Amino acid sequence: MIRFEHVSVTYTGETDPVLRDVSTQIGEGELCLVVGPTGSGKSTLLRAACGLVPHFSGGLLAGRVLIGGRDTRDHRPRDLADVVGVVGQDPLAGFVTDSAEEELAYGMEQLGLAPAVMRKRVEEVVDLLGLGALRSRPLADLSGGEQQRVALGAVLTSQPRVLVLDEPTSALDPAAAEEVLAAITRLVHDLGVTVLLAEHRLERVVQYADHMISLRGDGTAVDGLPSDVFGDSAVAPPIVELGRLAGWYPLPLSVRDARRRVAPLRERLARSAAVVPARIVRPGAAVLSVHDLHVQHGRVHAVRGADLDLRAGEVVAVMGRNGSGKSSLLWALQGSGPRSGGTIRITAPSGEVDPAALSAAQARRHVALVPQTPSDLLYLDTVSGECATGDAQADAAPGTTRALLTRIAGPVRPGVHPRDLSEGQRLALVLAIQLAAAPPVVLLDEPTRGLDYAAKRRLTDVLAEVVAGGGAVLLASHDVEFVAGCADRVLILADGEIVADGTAREVLVASPIFAPQVAKVLFPLELLTVEAVRAALGTTP
Amino acid sequence: MVTAAPAPELLHQPRVSREHPAPRGWRPTWAGHAPGRPVHPLAWWAWALGLAVAVTRTANPLVIGLLLAATVLVVVVRRGDSPWARAFGAYLVLGGVIIAVRVGCYVLVGFKTGGPVLVGLPTIPLPDWAAGISLLGPVHTPGLLAAARGGFRLAALIVCVGAANALANPKRALRCLPASLHHVGTAVVIAVTVTPQLVTSLVRVRRAQRLRGQDRRGPRSVLSCALPVLADALDRSLELAASMDSRGYARSVPGRSGAGITATLLGSLLAAALGTYGLLDGSSPVWLGLPVLAAGALVALSGSVLAGRRVQRTRYRPDPWQLRESVVAGCGVVVALLLVGTLGTDPAGLDPSLSPLTWPSVPPVAVLCALLAALPAALPAAHQGRSR
Repeated sequence: MIRFEHVSVTYTGETDPVLRDVSTQIGEGELCLVVGPTGSGKSTLLRAACGLVPHFSGGLLAGRVLIGGRDTRDHRPRDLADVVGVVGQDPLAGFVTDSAEEELAYGMEQLGLAPAVMRKRVEEVVDLLGLGALRSRPLADLSGGEQQRVALGAVLTSQPRVLVLDEPTSALDPAAAEEVLAAITRLVHDLGVTVLLAEHRLERVVQYADHMISLRGDGTAVDGLPSDVFGDSAVAPPIVELGRLAGWYPLPLSVRDARRRVAPLRERLARSAAVVPARIVRPGAAVLSVHDLHVQHGRVHAVRGADLDLRAGEVVAVMGRNGSGKSSLLWALQGSGPRSGGTIRITAPSGEVDPAALSAAQARRHVALVPQTPSDLLYLDTVSGECATGDAQADAAPGTTRALLTRIAGPVRPGVHPRDLSEGQRLALVLAIQLAAAPPVVLLDEPTRGLDYAAKRRLTDVLAEVVAGGGAVLLASHDVEFVAGCADRVLILADGEIVADGTAREVLVASPIFAPQVAKVLFPLELLTVEAVRAALGTTP
Repeated sequence: MVTAAPAPELLHQPRVSREHPAPRGWRPTWAGHAPGRPVHPLAWWAWALGLAVAVTRTANPLVIGLLLAATVLVVVVRRGDSPWARAFGAYLVLGGVIIAVRVGCYVLVGFKTGGPVLVGLPTIPLPDWAAGISLLGPVHTPGLLAAARGGFRLAALIVCVGAANALANPKRALRCLPASLHHVGTAVVIAVTVTPQLVTSLVRVRRAQRLRGQDRRGPRSVLSCALPVLADALDRSLELAASMDSRGYARSVPGRSGAGITATLLGSLLAAALGTYGLLDGSSPVWLGLPVLAAGALVALSGSVLAGRRVQRTRYRPDPWQLRESVVAGCGVVVALLLVGTLGTDPAGLDPSLSPLTWPSVPPVAVLCALLAALPAALPAAHQGRSR
């Protein structure tokens, strides 16, 4: 269905190709997963499959891409619209109309289909994806998962034989991601649609994949069956890591696979003494105390009476579905977001302060927030410029931000434009700017969006360093595996209320939605991460 | 090997704040107060423009007030719960501001004619270079009333346009354009929605920059906001353009070239220029005026048909034009005709005198007009629903 023949892509102004001599073939009705570290060319590969590279992006494409028998060299993306449908990671940015039903029809209108055909197909897709309740609602009012399903439906009405999906679940909470993935697998299984899908959070999708293309970071690619490709892939989900650790072959791809083979490993682990805590948290003094916090946005009561103590030396994660009030909580804690009731106290050397009563420059010395789109904080044209301004704004010694950045992200070229950094490096830059003022409390809103496993591991280390220095970290995240690896304590927020508050183990192990893969496999053992398993095995007699 | 330049289309889409999405389970009533199929957007525009014409024909504040009340009544009853419908309040506020500014200008720098003095403010003379203008001065009742009336009329006009915007989805209205203008229409719709998106983006960036401790105002803070906001806008435009491209936007029918369209476009432009010149320059021959203009228009029309043939697109569930549409549009047109007609028969009723000052009376025809204008509020909703 899709054929890449010796494809190399070089963008204008670059010397090194993003893709180097990639050849692969994806058969009809396959779900093909594209994996690789950030910046390894996953999006480029996907966009080359639908003609957006090079027709839309510019650059030079050598070799040949055939899709449904059509060559992308002489078919522009618009001429491929009836063969291939594209859905990106932010569905709202791709919507042209403003109600779900019109959006479903938009592609067909462009193809010039007869009204009767359009009418019939819209009804079919509405039933197929369960969009009946959404059809006349404004797209902007839908939740993330609903928007993503409408975006899927909007390309399906043109009846493409191939779907190209670029991180379709990256902005979604675990439950909404399941909803979207269920819809995708149904299309593959029932309708024989070929799917080319890129995703960072492999734990969510790897079990559904028939075929995998792994990009190595130097532009070359390996492809084959998922369990074979994972043998030496740089990125792998926890379940595969666990399989490698336990020496299982073929490698397990789903929790079900692994659970059928886990009994001996579980017995070994159960005997080992180290199943009890890998990391003991000595709760320090409370640095942030929140009492009866309420946040109201117009008619929406986003946070309802939150009580919370953040102690020095702990990393706390806030989880909950999209729209449960996580961001509102963080912004209120920082002091610059709206607050309609309750008290917030930060313990500073000078006494207790309320961040909302401080000026912006003062507040950041007590509590720093890294927002969901970190690039909003950046406005200069070089990394060194941002670092110097960061020092001046934080009244820190010159070079502080630069040193922090190097510690968090490794060497970054100072003359580079912040927009040209990778997602991980940009987050590191903003984090360095915020940490330069040495605040005792650090808040992070969805820090893992767009980060690969290596970047997430580095972030985990950085957060551990921050709290080791006597600070406290509160982060909001959908990323179950990341939270399992870095958080000491987990709060679950539902409809603005804190419904669970306990150690990561207590909260995550038993949760059907928020349990990490390792916990699901080893249940009832209370182990959350592959590192914890490795540590436990190391001490087995 | 293939090379291509980046696509030039820069297009845009609004977006709600991701920070505070509406909670799940919170279902707004999309259809609002008006269940059933919405009235054709062009019918609402015809109705509103009819009222706007009527409002400009009279200076009688009571007549304007009656028409305004009818407009507001119809909007309140018929509008849905869409973002553009919620914006109607802003038009009312804008109307209020216009009246205040108009009256304020009269008091501050207005040319004070004679008549009874209401408030005797002192006149502040200005230096010689501003001779002829004086600040403040005695406020005369007729002048003040004339200013208030003028402001009121302008405000009513604005509210009429706002009513059309609130009742008719602007995007659906633009779908009624002919095929040749389809691409331009889409671009216009998207361009129109840029502003609210830029505002949310600006709010988000300002909020984020406060996190850095930046609390300044002035040109430097504007600069530091402009870069992320514009970069964000550009990113999103490119994403939308990519999405539209891969969904078949601007697909053309194979085998038809654009050469003929370019020729007709150039021809009609030339004809328009020559025709206007001929019309305005009295010494040019007669045939260079209107006939050339008409020929240009004809060429333009044929070009539009030609261009329309290149665009292969259809419309999903177009809004039908039925009896309801005719009634709504008819109400507006009849109101306009009635008031224009009354201007000939009873000019004093529509423009009551200010000196001597009389209490304005309401001519019976104005009451009829207001009733007609309010009629769309009472129309029964049709039942072959778009929104179920």
